Amino acid sequence: MLAYTIRRLLMLIPVLFGMTLIVFFMIRAIPGDPAQVILGQQATEEAIESLTKRLGLDQPWYIQYVDYIKGLFTGDLGTSLRTSSEISGEIWPYLAATLELSLVAMVIAIFIGVNAGIISAWFQNSWFDYTAMVLALVGVSMPVFWLGLMEQWAFSLELGWLPSTGRENVRNPVDAITHLYLVDTLIQGRMDQFGEVVKHLILPGIALGTIPMAIIARMTRSSMLEVMRSDFVRTARAKGTRMFWVVYKHSLKNAFIPVLTVIGLQMGLLLGGAILTETIFGWPGIGRYIYDAINFRDYPVIQSGILVVAVIFVFINLIVDLLYAAIDPRIKYN
Amino acid sequence: MEQPVLKVSGLETHFFTDDGEIPAVDSVDFHVNKGEVLGIVGESGSGKSVTSLSIMQLISAPGKVVGGEISYKGENLLSKSEKEMRKIRGNEIGMIFQEPMTSLNPVFKIGNQLVEGIRIHKKWNKKDSWAHAIKFLKLVGLPRAEELMNEYPHQLSGGMRQRVMIAMAMACEPDVLIADEPTTALDVTIQAQILELMKKLNDDTDTSIIMITHDLGVVAEMCDRIVVMYSGKIVEQGTTKEIFESPKHPYTIGLIESVPDVRTRKERLYSIPGNVPKPGSIKTGCHFAPRCKFAFDKCTEVTPELIDAGNGQMARCWLHEDKEKATLLERVES
Repeated sequence: MLAYTIRRLLMLIPVLFGMTLIVFFMIRAIPGDPAQVILGQQATEEAIESLTKRLGLDQPWYIQYVDYIKGLFTGDLGTSLRTSSEISGEIWPYLAATLELSLVAMVIAIFIGVNAGIISAWFQNSWFDYTAMVLALVGVSMPVFWLGLMEQWAFSLELGWLPSTGRENVRNPVDAITHLYLVDTLIQGRMDQFGEVVKHLILPGIALGTIPMAIIARMTRSSMLEVMRSDFVRTARAKGTRMFWVVYKHSLKNAFIPVLTVIGLQMGLLLGGAILTETIFGWPGIGRYIYDAINFRDYPVIQSGILVVAVIFVFINLIVDLLYAAIDPRIKYN
Repeated sequence: MEQPVLKVSGLETHFFTDDGEIPAVDSVDFHVNKGEVLGIVGESGSGKSVTSLSIMQLISAPGKVVGGEISYKGENLLSKSEKEMRKIRGNEIGMIFQEPMTSLNPVFKIGNQLVEGIRIHKKWNKKDSWAHAIKFLKLVGLPRAEELMNEYPHQLSGGMRQRVMIAMAMACEPDVLIADEPTTALDVTIQAQILELMKKLNDDTDTSIIMITHDLGVVAEMCDRIVVMYSGKIVEQGTTKEIFESPKHPYTIGLIESVPDVRTRKERLYSIPGNVPKPGSIKTGCHFAPRCKFAFDKCTEVTPELIDAGNGQMARCWLHEDKEKATLLERVES
């Protein structure tokens, strides 16, 4: 297992190289000169030329790429053109905001999705099954931005129960330590702030978690239906085991591998693809960070932002692969 | 005569499919005495397995027990609740299935699966249950029982897994053991070992065994009495000696004739012409009539009842209504 993990980590090197190349060229394919964008329409030729030189954009592409890679090896993700500060220093708060939101969304999605799928399979063709699967279909088809807007309209505007935007109460801001506000407020014992943070997480968490929840529910149901027809399920019942344990112990563990695959993929998608949700809910996350950078042609930020998201995605996949072996003893990595 | 341990009377198990109601088990009566080995023989689709699952009340939709009585030690199992049935399953009536490869849960250790039933019924602590399970693994002749407890099913051979299944079914010392084709999926040499083991358990513990099989060799070896099933109905029953020496139903005769005999090498093996009819497809007359070489007019017109063919041996055949016609069968045998 350890050897496998190390080998998988080594295999990441070419994958990450490939990713830097793709990102590097894709960004340079975006039309528009960054110096022009930074300095605005009225800028003189000389000003643009000197800025281009200062940014190193007058160099041929391979030198720019080599400089970029050199930087990566020393942990230098480059300097933002917009804020002129080190990206490695400013990216974490954004990343933390996204991590916190995605994890909350995923916990909601897994808890409700897996249970809905299990109960639907257990009581196949019951009213619960039909209702859950219709809702899951609606959930999969629901555009995130629309769901987000409807939530804000219903729970913030009309009912006034929950805040519509942001991560915290701006009049009572959280002292950031880890930038994961749930953790920070707990460490500091600020339960009032913890409650505020939770309140701010609910609406975007549900909006972001709905699609994964629906996909997980459907996958769990179909996987459980298949497993519950197995011979070993009959054996478990013939032993006199309670149906609850037949379902939640004997069947679920066998049915969980495809569900885990879906969870891993969805988690990866949430981290990179939460831009819409983050925009609607004014969430200062990595999606927003990259989105703003694209508008500003902030090459280094776009490059590094995408790379960081890609690295996390690849790591989640590795963790999922290792979990397979933990669940199913027949899966061995040698 | 002593009271039978298990008495099935008028059992009706129907399957409710899109093509209508199919009587998979049609008014079946039999009983098992204490310490006796009863064989239920028949081709695939004759309703043997459905009968055994009906006793355990493990018939799942679209199947349903619609009539009859299953009396275990004087109590009707069919009127018991699911909770009461759980106390019977595995505890009073154990069951072994056909496929040792798929009947054990692949993601749990052997020990875990063995201990589960013991803990449910005996309510012992983990340590005692574990020791008890090891005792039974040794009893079924498995070497290195202690180590096996910590292994997974895929690490065992088919024969070993079937021994584990037997140990599991016997661990709570049930009064009745239902073995549904326990040796079908195994090599011949392993088959012999498993049968010997079951015979030994039967002798040592006085457990009654219901042996369900299509293999007449197994029946001849193991059983005291035999029930022959065809198309959901019992067509003949008697002692093993009676059935093999003077079968009274044309179907039983056909079955016995289709067993290859090493001493007389025939050009072609005998087989009963035609196939088992789809249950429910024959509405009037004897279900076997279309394949029977003795069939006369009455056979296709009136459904026969079980008729005493002498010495308590019963056959569902109109030939036995008339002494003269019955002699037709004897002529074939000799």
